[in-house]
Parts: sequence; C-alpha cells; structure tokens
Amino acid sequence: MKRRTFLATAPALGAAMAGFSASSFPALAAAPSDLLNASYSPTGELYGAYDAFFTRFWRDKTGTAPAIHVSNRGSGAQARAVIEGLPADVVTLALAYDIDAIAKAGLIAANWRSRLPDNSTPYTSTIVFLVRRGNPKQIHDWPDLIRPGVQVVTPNPKTSGGARYNILAAYAWALKANGNDPAKAKAYLKALLKHVPVLDTSARNATLSFLQRGLGDVLIAWESEALLAIAQAKDKTAYELVLPSLSILAEPPVAVVDKVVDRRGTRSLAEAYLATLYSPDAQELIAENYYRPRLAAVVRKYAARFRPIPMVTVDQAFGGWDVAQKNFFADGAIFDQVFAPG
Amino acid sequence: MASDAIAIALPAVRAGGKRARRALIGVALVFIALFLVLPLGVIFAEAFSLGLRSYAAALADPDVQSALRLTIGIALVAVPLNTIFGLAASWCLARFRFRGRGALIALIELPLSVSPVVAGLLLVLLFGNGGLFGPFLEAHGMRIIFAVPGMVLATIFVTFPYVARELIPLAETQGSEEEEAAVTLGASGWQTFLRVSLPKLRWGLFYGILLCNARAIGEFGAVSVVSGQVPGQTNTLPLEVQALYDGYRVQAAFAASSLLACLAIVTLILKAALEWRHRDEIRATRRMQAG
Amino acid sequence: MPRPMTASAWREPSVLPGFAPSLTATLLWLGLLVIAPLAVMVATAAGLGWDGFWTLALRPRVLADLSVSVSSALAASLIDAVFGLIVAWVLVRYRFPGRGLVNALIDLPFALPTAVAGIALAALYAPRGPVGTVLAPFGIAIAYTRAGIVVALMFVGLPFIVRTLEPVIAELDIEQEEAAETLGASATTSFVRVLLPPLLPALLTGFALALARALGEYGSVIFIAGNKPMVSEILPLLIVTELEQFNIPGAVAIATLMLAASFLLLISVNLLQGWVRKHHGE
Repeated sequence: MKRRTFLATAPALGAAMAGFSASSFPALAAAPSDLLNASYSPTGELYGAYDAFFTRFWRDKTGTAPAIHVSNRGSGAQARAVIEGLPADVVTLALAYDIDAIAKAGLIAANWRSRLPDNSTPYTSTIVFLVRRGNPKQIHDWPDLIRPGVQVVTPNPKTSGGARYNILAAYAWALKANGNDPAKAKAYLKALLKHVPVLDTSARNATLSFLQRGLGDVLIAWESEALLAIAQAKDKTAYELVLPSLSILAEPPVAVVDKVVDRRGTRSLAEAYLATLYSPDAQELIAENYYRPRLAAVVRKYAARFRPIPMVTVDQAFGGWDVAQKNFFADGAIFDQVFAPG
Repeated sequence: MASDAIAIALPAVRAGGKRARRALIGVALVFIALFLVLPLGVIFAEAFSLGLRSYAAALADPDVQSALRLTIGIALVAVPLNTIFGLAASWCLARFRFRGRGALIALIELPLSVSPVVAGLLLVLLFGNGGLFGPFLEAHGMRIIFAVPGMVLATIFVTFPYVARELIPLAETQGSEEEEAAVTLGASGWQTFLRVSLPKLRWGLFYGILLCNARAIGEFGAVSVVSGQVPGQTNTLPLEVQALYDGYRVQAAFAASSLLACLAIVTLILKAALEWRHRDEIRATRRMQAG
Repeated sequence: MPRPMTASAWREPSVLPGFAPSLTATLLWLGLLVIAPLAVMVATAAGLGWDGFWTLALRPRVLADLSVSVSSALAASLIDAVFGLIVAWVLVRYRFPGRGLVNALIDLPFALPTAVAGIALAALYAPRGPVGTVLAPFGIAIAYTRAGIVVALMFVGLPFIVRTLEPVIAELDIEQEEAAETLGASATTSFVRVLLPPLLPALLTGFALALARALGEYGSVIFIAGNKPMVSEILPLLIVTELEQFNIPGAVAIATLMLAASFLLLISVNLLQGWVRKHHGE
C-alpha cells in the first residue's frame, strides 16, 4: 500500500476505532434525549406507532425530539437480557414476574408496581386461537386442541411471556372442566403439549411459524397478535379468530429501569414516556393496534373489536405470578414434567 | 488398418464428445441458474414488488440507514486490524522455516471451522456479566456484550484468517530471494518489507482485503448473538434485514437486502478483475492451497 | 548491517530480519483472539464436570439436532461435490457465451450475507414461491423441511468446491484424456480412470471446506428450515436458543460437542486424502 494512501486513510480509521472504543464506555457516549424500550416480542408495531406519537408530543412540549429505540424479544429472555446488561431505560414486558426478576437483581425499585395507575399496566390483552381460513379442523375450544391430527403452535414458556399465559389459560380451563381435579388438568396439559411440534422462543416467532412456515392448524396467541395477523395478511380472510370458552386476563406491565435512567440522566424522559401511555390519545393508539385499552371512554369506543370473553386472572386462579412461576415454569415444575420434546 | 479405424472412429467419438460437452454445459448452467441466479433475482424482485416509491422509502428508513452505517463502521475497524495481522503472519510464516510453522498456519485457519454462533458464545463467555472479564467491565462501566465493541470483536474473530490465508501462500510462491538480496545490500527489515515485499504482495493484499471486507459486511450469526439487536442502535444491516422480515415488512427486508446484494456484486466484479489481471500467480497460489 | 545468521535447533537460519517481532505479533493476535477464547470455552466445558457435561451434551434434542446438522451438511457437500465438479470442469475447459459472468457469479454465496441468502432462498422455495409452486404438484416441499436445509447448505458450499477444483483442472494433461478417448475408452472409463484420480485430492479438500462451513452455518439456514426440534432444527440454532434462555452451560456443552464433531469429520477427510494420495500417486 502506498504510504500516501495509508496516511490518508489513517485518520478515518483512527476516528472509527476511537469511536468504537468510546462506545464501550456508555457514560461517555450518553445522549440524554434517547431512550431504549426493552419490550416483549409482539409489540413492534404498537411501539412503532406510539414512539412516533410520543416523539411529536415530546418535541411539541420541550422542543427536543427524542430518539426512541425498541428492542423486541421473548419477555423472559428480555428480562434476562436487561439483567445481563442491556441498557434499557424502560421495560414494557408481558408479565409482572419478569419485571420483578429485574427488580430482584437490583435494577428497578421494589415498589415499581405502584408508581403508575392500574398496577403499571396501561393495556391488557387475552389469549385466543388463530386458525386458517374456513377452520378446516373445526377448532372451537380447548378440547379440540387434543383431537387426533391437530397440531398446535405455542411458544416456549422459558423465554416467552405469551407462552406462560397460554399454558395457564389451558390449565385454568382444564381445571374447571374437570371439577377442579389438578391431576386431570395436568393430564390435559400433557396431551396438549404432545400436539405441539415446535416451541419458538417468542410469541412473535410462534406467529411467524404459523403464518409464514405454515406450521400447525391452530395458534394459541395473544389476542393482539391474532388480530394483527389477520389485519396484516394480504388476504383478509386467510385467518380466523376463535374465542375459547375460558381464557386468562393478560396484564403486561411497564416500568422505568431506575439504575439505567439514573446513570444516563434520562429519568424525566423515561417517566414521561410511560405516563403518556395512559393519555387519551395514546389509549386510542393502543386500541387501534389491537391491545385492550384501560381508559373507559376508549373501551366503549372499541367495544366491537374486543369481545367479552370469560377470563380468569393469574391472581384469582393461581395465587399470583410468584406462585404460578414456581409451580409451573421453574425447573422441574409442571411444564417440565409434562413436556417431552420430540 | 489401425490408423484407418481410428480415423473412422475418431469423429464418432468426437461427436459423442461434443454431445457430452453440450450436456455438461447445460447441466452446469441449469444448476447455476437455479442456485445462484434465481436467489439474486428474487432479492430484487421482492425489493421492488411494491413499486419504486416503497423501495426508496424502505431505504430511507432511519433504522436501515443507521444499520448501514454500523455495518460499514465495523468493517472499517475489523478489516484493517486483520490486514495488519495478515501482513505480520505472511512475513514470519512464509519467509522463515521453523518447527511448528505448519501447526501455526493450521491454527490461523481455525475460525473458518468454528460456527459463527459459537464465536458469539465465546465472546459471551469472556465478556458477559457472568464471564471471565464480566466483573471487571461492570466495575469500570464498560460494556462489550449488547454493545458495538462486542460486535466488532465478533467480526474480527470471524474474518480473522482471510487476509493471512491469501498472503502466506502468495509470499511462499514468490519466494524470498529479492528480500534476501535487499537485506544483503544493506536494507533494514522495515525497508525490505515496505519497498520489496509489499509491492510484490499488492494484488494478494487487495484480494485478501476484498474477501475480508465481504465477510465482515455479511457477518450475521456471531453478531446476532452479541448484539442487543436494537434497531437503530445495535443492528447491522443483516440484522436489520432479519428484524424487518420478522416484523411483517418483507418488502423492506428485501430492499435492505438489495443494498447488500449490490455490495456483493461490486465485490464479485472487483474479485474477477483482480483474478483476471493476476491469473498466473493466482493459479500457483491456489495450487498450493489445494494441497 | 545484516544480522549474523544464528544456528538454531528449531528454525532454519535466514538473513531476513524481523522474525521475532512478526512472530510475536502473530502469536499475540492469534492467541488473544482465537486460542484464548476457545481455551476459555473448553475450560468452561471441563468445569461442568464429566457427568455434568455429558448430561447436557447427550440430551435427546441435542443428539437429534446434531444428526440433522451432520446429515444435512454431508448431503449438501456431496451433491455440491458432484455438481461443483461439473461446473468447474465446464468453466475451465469449455468456452461458451457468458462464461466470464458465470465464473464471477460462483463466488456469490461467499460475497452475499448469509441472512440475505436465507430470506432469498426461503422466498424461492416457500410453498407459494417461484420454485415452490413448481414443485408442489409433485408433492415436493423444500422450504421448512430438511430438504430446505440441504438446499441452503448447497448454496453456501458451492464456491469452496468449484474454486478448489479449478486450478487443478486447468493443469490436467489434456493429452492423457484424448489418448484415452482415441483408444476407445468410454466416457465413463475415461472419467474414472484417467480424470478423477488427479482431481480427487482437490475434490476432497473442497469437500472438507464446504463441510466445515456447512456444519456451522446459521444465517442462511434458519429462514428456510422448519426449525422443528428433532426434525429440522440445526445445532447452531439450538445454541442460540440456549443462549436466549441464558443457559450458558447448556450452550457451552453443545458448542463443544459441535467443535468435536467438526474436528472428527475433518480429520476423517484428511485421512481419506492421505489414502487417496498414497493409492493414486500424484
């Protein structure tokens, strides 16, 4: 290489290397008007819309437009990522247990739940079935899932939040249908999981397996995910929604990651980002993106979209997430006992 | 007479040969069309499937732009570093004979046999929170995993051998007589290297840099493990392609892919040009590599 | 002033300076970037204990995925060897319009990012894709099956075979082949007895390179594979899944197993090469 060429490129290379060295010291590279939202897997579209809205809102209010970034990953995997060092300013996960795990690791204050209305849950959802056009396997409720020849798609509860709601909803129904007999409910779960060919790492990956790869006859999914899948398909009749006779209330909470925002100086931005989720405009946006809003006026407006389904809650039916996680999803617990891969 | 028999048989054999030749060319072309041309074509077909405006909009997406910048930035760090290593390796491994030389050359090729995902795992083992240097990094407020430095290191690992494995056989083929003559005439080591070796190795250097660069830009598995995969921050262009694809934005994914495909085509053109200009030396080098 | 030649037991004397610094730099870079990380991984694997390691490494899903990875890699590399030989032969020995273009295109799988190749192949071979719709009436499904994995691995492995064979084919003695023809050897005999032996070493080298690449391939496979555990899931994907659950011991066990499998396969190919060289001369 000619010396002149080398000397000409050296400054550029030096700058690049310096830049990358600096980026390994986040404190040096911090820009207080950008925010990282570590979310669970299906919320990409929701937060895409909300971030655009919030950016305008914040710019109108303060004059600076924030740069908001969203990371999507299975809820359990995302919680672990944040604990392992993903520099998220806020977390918007699928269930309180995952945020509690981050709190236990010292990154979030223990009283995070009470810092925002509705136990820090600005939107809810539930669990439904998605089937293909015409519902060829005639799937109408939970018992149909264990009929011979039916293949069920549901994600891996070790990494996905939606997957855990799916399993608990199935168990709740099975318990009720079998006169509260835990042994029979467990047997149903075992039968159900025999019909599951693959456990994707996240709810979104499971949806993609069902939609793109053509895997399975029925997808157990977030209602938000199912409605979105129908809406985004080129052929609007390609998929159909089936409401089970009993489902579960899914309450995905949000929280500020105290350790990160204090280090980066983004607390006010982060708190505003989450608080604005409860505003009327944001609640409309939430409903438009297929999540069940909290605000009564918006609920009424979108009543046709979100049909009433009999639901249990994790607290009522399972004694809260700590108990449910320990009984069902810890190593060696009920899920491990009933699921044998292959 | 035998020669008459041969004279009669030869055209038939040649004709059969001609048919065989045409058949072989046909098979080869169909195979190439199916396996190489079609995939390239489908990238552009899908990218433009919603029209020119959607294509432009997809490319103007800030996340795509940021991913492109990150991809190029990482290559700008990884490739020069591995080039310097390649030059150093070519000096000591091609111009000297010593015990362990063969083993060293084999070790340099090791990253080629390691899955990129394992490369990412290696970095997590070293720099993750529970890793060897985890506590040190935490204490000093540094982050490697889920940040760009980890992605740079992953790319360096994966593209490690590319310059060295071009330069070493080339330098060996070229021999060290000129360098030895220079030294005998009084040149210092650096003078010999810069004025004698480097010009001789020029095409091999460009070639190796080209391959190293192509691999660095295209790296996916290793960086996907160590990156936080945050669009707009820690997504390279290949990672952004996956993010778009998983977000139901298939056309945008292919639009971003078309950028990478264009870079690939430029690489192929440059590679072909270099190969054509230096075909004799290349032949000798490849012979040595093929064993 | 030229350095005095030192007679040393482990290296040949040379007038050239700079051995120590260049060797140090090489060893340092190699050691830090390649050897040390691999050593850390092996140490971590060892730290799991003999029982611990094998419990993790021999889980049914791991073994099933290992079998999928190995069988797909072998199949793809073998098919590539056959067609790669034809392509290399055609490119070197015959002239036809577009030859330069085709020759340049061979390196496309190398220059194209694996993720891009992955979605392109998935789009092509999906049930609704251009090739998928052609094959569907015959009941052939490529995407989301094991066949899809083989197709993707064929794509990435092709350049290794072709580029390794080309220089050797170019140097083949044409007269030998023509002599065989005129003496009445059929095309097959001519091929097996005269042409193949000198090509075999290079073919095996290319095969080994393609195989090594195919075993660890991730980006181009995950979009077209079914990713069904036990059926169409490749081992690298399982490692990623373990990592997403932050099950580091599990990931380390699988990675070590994978490295061992690659190592064994490549040694086998090396031995084969040695046998070929001995029995067919050079």
